[in-house]
Amino acid sequence: MANLLLRNAALVIMLLPLLGAIIAGLFGKNIGRKATHTITITLVGISFLLSCYVFNVVVLYRLPAIDAPIYEWVSSGLFHFNVGILIDRLSAIMMVIVTFISFMVHIYTIGYMSDDPGYQRFFSYMSLFTFAMLSLVLADNFLVLFFGWEGVGLVSYLLIGFWFKREAAVFGGLKAFLANRVGDIGFLLGTAAILTFFNSLNYNDVFSNVSTIIGKNIFVLPNISFSAITVICVLLFIGAMGKSAQMPLHVWLPESMEGPTPISALIHAATMVTAGIYMVARMSPLFEYSDAALSFVLVMGATTCFFTGLLAVFQYDIKRVIAYSTLSQLGYMTVALGVSAYDASIFHLMTHAFFKALLFLAAGSVIIAMHHEQDMRKMGGLALVMPVTYVTFLMGALALSAIPPFAGFYSKDAIIEAVQFSTIKGANYAYFCVLAGAFITPLYIFRALFLTFHGKSKIDAHVDVRESRWVILIPLILLAIPSLIIGGMFIGPMLFSKPNLLGNSILILPIHSAMQQLAEHYEGAKKMALEAGKHLTLWLAIAGIVTAWIFNSAWPAFAENLKKHFAFFYSVMIRKYGFDDFNQIIFVRGFRRLGEFLYDIGDLKFIDGYIVNGCAKLIQWFARVSRHVQTGFIYHYALAMVLGLAIFLSWTLLGR
Amino acid sequence: MFSSLPLLSILIWLPVLGAMIILMTDEKWAKRIAPAVTIITLLLCIPLYLGFDTSTYHMQFQENKLWISAYQIHYSLGVDGISLSMIILTNFTGLLVILAGCEAIKKRLSQYMAAFLVMQGMMVGVFAALDAILFYVFWEGMLIPMYLSIGMWGSANRSYASIKFFLYTFLGSILMLVALLYLYRVTGTFEIQKFYGLHLPLNMQILLFLAFLLAFAVKVPMWPVHTWLPDAHTEAPSGGSVVLAALMLKLGIYGFLRFSMPIAPLAAQQLDWVMIALSLIAIVYIGLVAIVQTDMKKLIAYSSIAHMGFATLGCFMVYDIMRDTGNYHYAYLSIEGAVVQMISHAFGSGAMFLGVGILADRFYNHSRLIKDYGGIAHKMPVFAAFFMLFAMSNVGLPGTAGFVGEFMVMLSSFYAHFWVALLAMTTLVLAAAYTLWMYKRIFFGPVANQYVEGFRDLTWIEKTNYTLLAIGVFFVGLYPAFILNILHASIGYLLSVSLVGV
Repeated sequence: MANLLLRNAALVIMLLPLLGAIIAGLFGKNIGRKATHTITITLVGISFLLSCYVFNVVVLYRLPAIDAPIYEWVSSGLFHFNVGILIDRLSAIMMVIVTFISFMVHIYTIGYMSDDPGYQRFFSYMSLFTFAMLSLVLADNFLVLFFGWEGVGLVSYLLIGFWFKREAAVFGGLKAFLANRVGDIGFLLGTAAILTFFNSLNYNDVFSNVSTIIGKNIFVLPNISFSAITVICVLLFIGAMGKSAQMPLHVWLPESMEGPTPISALIHAATMVTAGIYMVARMSPLFEYSDAALSFVLVMGATTCFFTGLLAVFQYDIKRVIAYSTLSQLGYMTVALGVSAYDASIFHLMTHAFFKALLFLAAGSVIIAMHHEQDMRKMGGLALVMPVTYVTFLMGALALSAIPPFAGFYSKDAIIEAVQFSTIKGANYAYFCVLAGAFITPLYIFRALFLTFHGKSKIDAHVDVRESRWVILIPLILLAIPSLIIGGMFIGPMLFSKPNLLGNSILILPIHSAMQQLAEHYEGAKKMALEAGKHLTLWLAIAGIVTAWIFNSAWPAFAENLKKHFAFFYSVMIRKYGFDDFNQIIFVRGFRRLGEFLYDIGDLKFIDGYIVNGCAKLIQWFARVSRHVQTGFIYHYALAMVLGLAIFLSWTLLGR
Repeated sequence: MFSSLPLLSILIWLPVLGAMIILMTDEKWAKRIAPAVTIITLLLCIPLYLGFDTSTYHMQFQENKLWISAYQIHYSLGVDGISLSMIILTNFTGLLVILAGCEAIKKRLSQYMAAFLVMQGMMVGVFAALDAILFYVFWEGMLIPMYLSIGMWGSANRSYASIKFFLYTFLGSILMLVALLYLYRVTGTFEIQKFYGLHLPLNMQILLFLAFLLAFAVKVPMWPVHTWLPDAHTEAPSGGSVVLAALMLKLGIYGFLRFSMPIAPLAAQQLDWVMIALSLIAIVYIGLVAIVQTDMKKLIAYSSIAHMGFATLGCFMVYDIMRDTGNYHYAYLSIEGAVVQMISHAFGSGAMFLGVGILADRFYNHSRLIKDYGGIAHKMPVFAAFFMLFAMSNVGLPGTAGFVGEFMVMLSSFYAHFWVALLAMTTLVLAAAYTLWMYKRIFFGPVANQYVEGFRDLTWIEKTNYTLLAIGVFFVGLYPAFILNILHASIGYLLSVSLVGV
């Protein structure tokens, strides 16, 4: 009974935003702006409240996971692919995060998009996104997961290209879609491998039978084989690399900033890009059995964490700084997955969702005030003009920089320490990367803060800059509060209580003891904050802030000097390690050339030119030549007859 | 209650009758009769569906009359799950094409309607025929109205395209006739079902397989006999393109399922690597070629070829799976995926061809070149939204029709071969690249020129058509079990006869 109720509640949570999207999309023009935003916001709001209810029931009343099939999508032979939902602790937490951020961003959008002609369309897309993301989170099998996975990709594509008059926006959307699709090849191959080994796509069937495939191999070439579980995990993780923008598939995320800011907050910071993290955490019963795959995850995450963070330092577009910061933070989450600290990863996902959405929305508030100017070199001194935006941005920046007692401090510190305790291959490299990241993070975000809000104003005199409207500020404040308190509040229940919030949704084998050791050192949230000074990370963070202050406020000439001395390094940073150029030359141009070659040479010249039209020409030629025999003169025919007769005669006589 | 009616005969001959009446009346009547006929035939599909027993593989709604006694040729009709779903699809597409034609065709409207009605009747005949000669008659009979439609209502280069189309497909089917005559000599009947399970010697099977292969490979079309399709598509009127893409290509797959595989299973097993290789070439090579097309219709035509690669891949992976693993379930998944692909592809591609027609009709010189367009989304937002949906179906997004078949085929091919699956999955990127890049250039960006500036959004007929197609795309995408339930028994039987001696 309770199961049915929960199932229906989850269905309603999922379908309400879809309903909103349909209403806004099909009838938005008829019902007007006010009705559109009222309806969509109300529906998402109800979804949020219901999510809280489900969270409450599942987590506080410790209900076991509910796996509820809804209908049969495809049956073929012994395979039954169902559409179904799984309600457990992990999906309950994710549901609350997604609907809350979505709710906030919906409200914020009233202010941000108020003078945009595509107002209704925008609301429709956002609600559609919420639906897709919820179906991803609630999926009980790989099929529905892939549905949500592609659904969020689609809406992301549509929203990046929302201002479709702008070439850069449309290009960014296409790039995002294609990069994600490259990852999807990995994901689908992984799914196919799952079906091959488990004969089912259902999580439950898969996770409960993992032990049966240990020791089995996949033959990639006749003589070369790999452990099946490693192959499956690596393939699935390649999918996660696309969606969660890990190197080298990260190239689309900075480009996605061409979209309107509310979706940068919702999709490209808080929810969609964390889908890959969520997926790996969900697959922990698989990943736990492959150390090789975990190491791979760890190294990729660590690389992304450090190298993309470095790039953020050199950006001048305020949104791109935050975008690169998102990449780097996703790297942290991935690192946590690699050391089997899934709970810490989801914890960072949660805190990050709040403070990063906050940073984006605050940046959006600045951008709106600046009339869609995003270049920080043209800002400065905004702190006095926009006090609320400034304070909330500052809070987001402190949370991001892992300064106690802000939320980011707890989650990031947990990750860094987990890496320190881990013994898995690559952990040393990862530890270096996350520590370096702890220095770089405050460096870039406070650089942005100083450039935007402090110093002399570089704004054109005739631009009238004002604090934003309340519909914009309220979501900022509502996001700033959790960015401050949620870390200390949740670190205990989330990571260390028994059972913790994620409980049995996550499987960690005893040999991966990083979380275990972390728990042994934990002595409460308050003490953790007070004793932060004993750890290197806090001092690195403070050093980062100070460096940012020196470079941007106290002694800017010093930075200019460094730029000149390390010109090569600087150019590498500006070119973003050359990934874009490489892709453009090798993949985009290369594949077009190949396509042109195949078309021109293969189809047009060879098949059509030589074979098809060649046959026609041959027949034509033959007809033209043989036509000359038909002269119409009777003596020619007579001659031919006589000759033919002679040849025939001689053949019959002599041939014998 | 309906079994007393010769439903199949009605579905074949009613459109032909309608065509005759239309030719005798004027255009005003043509505009009324033709849609009426197609609506009636589509409605007649309802009793056909309701009366169909999904639990058996036996042919249903059978009609059988001796036609030419000297050679034991029968007028014999009947449907199983596969042909039933194709017949419903044919009638659905017929309605769309006729409706679209009412608006788009400005000259010789009556003849146009008549041609497409006859085409529809013939196509139902192909799917319903149980007698090989009857099948052959419909098979060739369908070519004539298509040839005429390209030749008369096509664009500039239509005569080259129509001749190419005709010769290509006609040449292909000649060898099929030889194969059918041989089978008649062996069995003494033209009943297709009697051709199954003959245990013919391998070398004979291979000859038969090759003879059928040419006929069907041209239709699918498979590389390298595919070059007629882009030409035929570009020159055909948009209704013709829709029929080509949504139905005619499927006849090739249907042929593989009805003839090649059950009649020559050993040969199919021997030559499956050829078929798999050709399918992968279709997916990768043709996908790459599609990216660089400058003509919208050519691009969609190439994308159709690439998608059909999944249908042929699904059919012939069966043998690979059985040989390498012996797992019948994956073979079943694979072939069902192929059939679903064959049905579901009709919605997305048909809709996209209609879309090109909608654009070209509005452009002063009916240009199909991508570079002539741009910024359509500003002028035709409703159209842009619909087209995005169909483009996504073409890309194979879950939840749309285009995903289902490809997904099933990909999953099962991985079971037998990692590399086959990997190559097939390149379509995830390739299909997205060519479809969305085209979409970007046509719909996004600033309004391209003054002609586009004057475009008006969809008319109500176009909206009706697109709504129907959108429902189809979602229905198949979200609830493919509906189609699969019709198919299960028939495909199970077909698979078992296709594996005789294997």
